[in-house]
Amino acid sequence: MPMENRNAIISVKNLVKNYDDFKAVQGLTFDVYENEIFGLLGPNGAGKTTTLEIIETLRPKTSGEVTVDGLSIDKDQNSIKRIIGVQLQAAGYYPNLNLVELLELFSGLYGVSIKPMEMLAKVNLQDKAKAKYKALSGGQKQRFSIATTLINSPKIIFLDEPTTGLDPQARRNLWDLITEIRNNGTTVVITTHYMDEAEQLCDRVAFVERGQIIALDTPDQLIDNLIAGGFERKKEVKKANLEDVFINLTGKEWRED
Amino acid sequence: MQTSYSNTKATLALAKASFRSIMRSPSAVVFTLAFPLIFILVFGFLGGGGTKIDVAVAPGSDLQNPIIAALEKISVIRLTKNGDLASINKSLEKGDFDAVIDVEKNPAHLPAYFTNVKYTSASLDKGNILKSVLNELSYNLNTQNLKPNVTEIRASTVNGRLYRTIDFILPGQLGFSLLSTGVFGTAFVFFSLRQNLVIKRFFATPVKRSSIVLGEGMARIGFALLGALFIILIGHFAFNFTLINGAVTVINMLVLATMGIVVFMGFGFVVSGLAKSESTIPPISNIITLPQFLLSGTFFSIDAFPTWLQPISRALPLTYLNDAMRKVAFEGSNLWDVKHQLLVMLIWGIGIYAVAVKTFKWES
Repeated sequence: MPMENRNAIISVKNLVKNYDDFKAVQGLTFDVYENEIFGLLGPNGAGKTTTLEIIETLRPKTSGEVTVDGLSIDKDQNSIKRIIGVQLQAAGYYPNLNLVELLELFSGLYGVSIKPMEMLAKVNLQDKAKAKYKALSGGQKQRFSIATTLINSPKIIFLDEPTTGLDPQARRNLWDLITEIRNNGTTVVITTHYMDEAEQLCDRVAFVERGQIIALDTPDQLIDNLIAGGFERKKEVKKANLEDVFINLTGKEWRED
Repeated sequence: MQTSYSNTKATLALAKASFRSIMRSPSAVVFTLAFPLIFILVFGFLGGGGTKIDVAVAPGSDLQNPIIAALEKISVIRLTKNGDLASINKSLEKGDFDAVIDVEKNPAHLPAYFTNVKYTSASLDKGNILKSVLNELSYNLNTQNLKPNVTEIRASTVNGRLYRTIDFILPGQLGFSLLSTGVFGTAFVFFSLRQNLVIKRFFATPVKRSSIVLGEGMARIGFALLGALFIILIGHFAFNFTLINGAVTVINMLVLATMGIVVFMGFGFVVSGLAKSESTIPPISNIITLPQFLLSGTFFSIDAFPTWLQPISRALPLTYLNDAMRKVAFEGSNLWDVKHQLLVMLIWGIGIYAVAVKTFKWES
C-alpha cells in the first residue's frame, strides 16, 4: 500500500551516538511515516538498538535532532513516553506477578485505566491470565510484551527483534498481530534479522551498517533495484521454499506449549 | 487525549506490585518471619524456668543436718547427691555445677557443723547468689534459738517486674528481622530489577525515578511492619512478652521499626549497586548483617562482651535499635526518652544514604 506524501511521525536528522571512542551511530537521517511498519535492518552491532533507544528517550544522543510526533526528544521526554509503546529486547517483568497483575502495574505506570483481560484478548492470552511471565513460551512472552506496549493506546510502538528465537508458527502468528496493530492505526517500528520477515511485514525498510544507513526504500523497490543492477540468484527460484514445506507439514496452527 | 499524569498513582501501583511480589517470595518470608520466630520459640521455651543453681554434695558429706535440709527447701537450688569426687570436679570446671558443698560434723560440738563450699570461676555469678543464700541461711540457723540482743533485721524485698528471657530476645530478633529484610530484600530486588531490564522497561513509561524508589520502599516498610507486628503479638500472647503500656508500646515499637527498616534499606541500596552478580549479594550483605547480628545485643547483652569489643558494638546501628526497642517495651520509655538512640540511627541513615546515592545504579 504505497502512499506518497505521507506525514512523518518520527523524524531523525544527523543522529550521532558515541560511546567513549566507539561510534555506534554516525549521522543517521530518516523519517518514519504515520501508520506504516518501518523496519530497521542490519547485522548485530550496526546501531539498530541504540537508535531505537535514543528515539524512545531511554538513551541520550551525542548530537543530531529527533522529533516524535512533533515532540523533541531533548525537551519533551515525558510527553513522548506517553504516546509510544516500547518492547525491549530481552526485557523481564516484575517477579512473582501474574499477567493480569503486571498489566495493572503498567496501567498505573502509564496513568491510564485499562481492563487487563481486554488487553490479553488483543494478544490472545486470555487463558494465561493467572500465569507468571516466566512460565510462558517464547511466542507467548513476545505477545505479552506487545500487550504491555499497547496499554497507553500509543501512536507508535517500537519492537526490538520480537521474533528472534520463535518457531515458524509463532513467528507468523506475531506477523498477523503486528499487521493488525498497524491496521488499527498504530505506527510500528521494528528491528529484525530475518529478511523474509521484513519483506512480508514492512512497508519500508532501512539497512543500517556500522552506524550508517546504506539503503532505505520499500522492500519491493530495493529488490527491483538489485535486479536492475544485473543480480541473479544462482539457483532457479522454486515456487515454494523450505519454510513453506515446514508450515505445510506441521500445520499453520499456533501452538500453545 | 493528554490528561494530567499522576505520580501518586504510579507510586501506589508500584507499591502494590512490589508488596504482592514480596509476599510471594519465600526468602522474604523466611528471613522476616520464620527465622526470628524460631529463635523466639527456642528462647521462649528455654527461658521459662528462670535461674537454677546446681550444687553438688561432696561424697563424704554429712547428709542429716539442718543445713542440707534448709537448702533442699530453697527452690533456686538444685542439690545433686551421690556424685563421685572426680566427676564433680570435672563438672565444676565446666560450670555444669555451680558449687560443691561439704558439711561435716564438728567433733568439738560448737558450732555443730562446718559447711565447706567450693565455688567455680566458670560460674561466678551463680556462685555469688549461692553465697548470699548461705549467708542468710547460716544467720537464720545460728539465731534460731536466740533472742536477738541488739536488733532484729526485718528484710523485705520489693517485687520487681519479672524480666523474662523473651523480653530480651524478642526486641533483638525484631531488629534482626528488620535488618535482614532491609538489606537482603532491597539488595536482591533492585539488583534483579536492574539486571532483568525491568527498570529499563519502567523508564519507557512516564514514571519518575523517585516513584520507583518510593513505591518499593513503601512496600518493604509495609511488609516489615506487618512482620514486626506479627512477631510482637506472638511474643506477647504466647510467651508473655512485656508490653508495658499495651497498644501505645506497640505503636512506639512500630515507629522505631520504621526508622530501623529505612536505615537498613539504605545498606540494601548500597549492596545492590556494589554487587557485580547475583551471587555476590549474599556475601556482601552478610558482611553488613552478621557482625550486627552477633555484636548488637541480639542474643546477649553487649555488657557481657570483652571491653575491647564493646566500642565496636556501640558503633553499630542495630545496637541502638535493639536498645531503644527494649527500653520502650520493657521500661515503658516514650520515643523522646530514646532520642539518643534515634539520633545515632539518624546519623547512620544520613551516612548510608549519602553512600547509596553515590553507588546506586539504575542500569547495568
